[in-house]
Amino acid sequence: MQPTSHSFPANARAGLADPILQTALGLARTGFPQRRQEAIARLPEFEELREQGRAIKDHALANLDFYLELYERNVTAAGGQVHWARTAEEARATVLAICRAANAKIVTKGKSMVAEEIALNDHLEQNGITPVETDLGEYIIQLRHEPPSHIIAPAIHLMKEQVADAFREAHTELDPARPLIDPRALCDEARTVLRPRFLAADVGITGANFLVAETGSSIIVTNEGNGDLTQILPRIHIVITGIEKIVPTLEDAATLLRLLARSATGQEFSSYTTISTGPRRPGDLDGPEEYHVVLLDNGRSALLGGEFQDMLRCLRCAACLNHCPVYAAVGGHAYGWVYPGPMGAVLTPALVGLGEAGHLPNASSFCGRCESVCPVKIPLPKMMRHWREREFAWRLNPPVYRSGLRLWAALAQRPALYHALAGTASRVLGWAGQLRGRFRSLPFAAGWTAVRDMPAPQGRSFQSLWTEQQRRSERRR
Amino acid sequence: MPEPARAALLVTCLVDLFRPSVGFAAVKLLEQAGCTVDVPRAQTCCGQPAYNSGDRADAKAIARQIIAAFAGYDYVVAPSGSCAGMVKVHYPELFADEPAALAQAQELAARTHELVSFLVDVRGMDRVAAHWPHTAAYHDGCSGLRELGVKEQPRRLLASVEGLTLAELPGAEVCCGFGGTFCIKYPEISDKMVTDKAAEIAATGADAVLAGDLGCLLNIAGKLSRRGSSTEVRHIAEVLADMTAEVPPIGAPANPSPAPRERVASPQGEPGEGARSSRQFAPSPRPSPPVGERGF
Repeated sequence: MQPTSHSFPANARAGLADPILQTALGLARTGFPQRRQEAIARLPEFEELREQGRAIKDHALANLDFYLELYERNVTAAGGQVHWARTAEEARATVLAICRAANAKIVTKGKSMVAEEIALNDHLEQNGITPVETDLGEYIIQLRHEPPSHIIAPAIHLMKEQVADAFREAHTELDPARPLIDPRALCDEARTVLRPRFLAADVGITGANFLVAETGSSIIVTNEGNGDLTQILPRIHIVITGIEKIVPTLEDAATLLRLLARSATGQEFSSYTTISTGPRRPGDLDGPEEYHVVLLDNGRSALLGGEFQDMLRCLRCAACLNHCPVYAAVGGHAYGWVYPGPMGAVLTPALVGLGEAGHLPNASSFCGRCESVCPVKIPLPKMMRHWREREFAWRLNPPVYRSGLRLWAALAQRPALYHALAGTASRVLGWAGQLRGRFRSLPFAAGWTAVRDMPAPQGRSFQSLWTEQQRRSERRR
Repeated sequence: MPEPARAALLVTCLVDLFRPSVGFAAVKLLEQAGCTVDVPRAQTCCGQPAYNSGDRADAKAIARQIIAAFAGYDYVVAPSGSCAGMVKVHYPELFADEPAALAQAQELAARTHELVSFLVDVRGMDRVAAHWPHTAAYHDGCSGLRELGVKEQPRRLLASVEGLTLAELPGAEVCCGFGGTFCIKYPEISDKMVTDKAAEIAATGADAVLAGDLGCLLNIAGKLSRRGSSTEVRHIAEVLADMTAEVPPIGAPANPSPAPRERVASPQGEPGEGARSSRQFAPSPRPSPPVGERGF
């Protein structure tokens, strides 16, 4: 999709003014954090696991070439095939070539953020292949022709009424008078509609939560079982994922799995955790005839060895989104691309450019809640600050903001002048505000006073009062 | 009482400009904790606005100024988790690639503390002599909470304040939307965050709200008064130092008269508004703080 991250302020205003979105976000605002809190309260070693998770991913990233090559050898040994994609374009072309070779008409898809990143559905449709999203949330937004607003709950911006509307519009073969009030009825309808598509699909595409180097396996976690049907029923299974998903061993994956679901949904474990290693073997009862893995770089390797390498540890659990007050205020679409919230604020500038996505790392109060809940301890605020440093160094900020900042910084480095000005400002504002104790409007702080009062200063600066007091006590001595 | 010590007050730019009474409350508490207190004149701001705006060069220059100004003291104490966190956590990050400056930054970081956690954790204070008859919600400022682990210390000292009942604030650990330059750059988002915060405070039924950072407090007080709320907003140091009788709350008139001469023009103004302005402005019982000696 074409990013609209440059319009973040306008996107955010639209989100803030959208009553349906605000209702939906209001429900999510407390739900996810509370469930996570309860889950980790039941696991005393959770903090230690976070440290282990961080170490596993750091080790894998420090030896990424080695583990990726080992992974490829083991995929090949199991009868599968690895395809390397430097760019989104190469990844799309690879997937399309596999589909065409199989003469595929219908492709089912498990939930994959990388498929969103490379806009795979559009590409398949443009080439006469019908992609069918099978994750309920992804299916809903596919019907609505919109991008996901959350990396694990793609339709979190909707209430059940919007889902019912989308279903009525799309499922014209069903009785128009059917009741669609109960969420259960919506689930049942999606299941009824999707079941024949699972069976009709020629190719199934899934993402991967982990790639295991020692076995050549890919692992997905789901709660709906749609991923399993997507990858087992069709003749061909394509895994599409980023190169940073690699871990050395199954044991490592098991450690990270203990972190993942707890951080994401507050579950101990997701309903389904599925390990795939190669295509169907002789004697297997089911499974695909071909097993392909498309490994996407798309800017990831450029982050290695730099100040953003830590971002490659990301498990895509969405804990940072779920705990972010900015995300909770504006919703995921405001971020204007595939990855929203704090992880998106760091990743998006790396993938689509700082000129396009410069707002995202700025739109944070640096409250630090994201870092405090990240299962692999990614220092998200620190990396957002690194983007701000680049923005400042490359002179991308608005000139008014830059010059204001420089002027303030120059003053802050001249204490005598600064104290004289602070003393005067305190007196003037204190005098002007003494009657009410606050200002309802201030011309130089209009952004502030548009929505809240500005409490008036007490009337003298601390430094001037302190100096006076010290002089008095010296005279007394 | 622990060994006497020399403490330097990092006033913070907001306290200096807006609310010197917080600085004097901090001085009083530090003296009660057995410290002699100095206020280095060569301080202005910790440099956080530059640092968080990506202006590393200015942030470093300001940090060097602070490092020099605060050399030699046993402790450096700030009535703010945000500014203390800047010195304690971020100065060493700023100078990570300059070994000499890094050593100085780390040395300063080791001596630097947020006020309330300093009183409790370093000076062993477990009660204060203060009276404040209110039901108060406590908001945990983000930097103090997540960078410095300030959580239990303020609650422990507040538990000893006579007349005070603490009300549980749901979402106490969620940002109020101030965020320094954030509230200027993204005012609508900041507004949504502080609106939620104000609603949660109102829902507790508390008649007062406290925090340890003036940035959060100006934001919260400004939103509460705009909503027509009469909730009293204060920095925790004023309550712990028992200075509430002589200093009006944040955003309340400075020069009260016996009759509520000031009414909020806002139509949603609540009857409680008058109660603020009728608070008596008692003269300070001791030579300092001189906040009570203002000429108006």
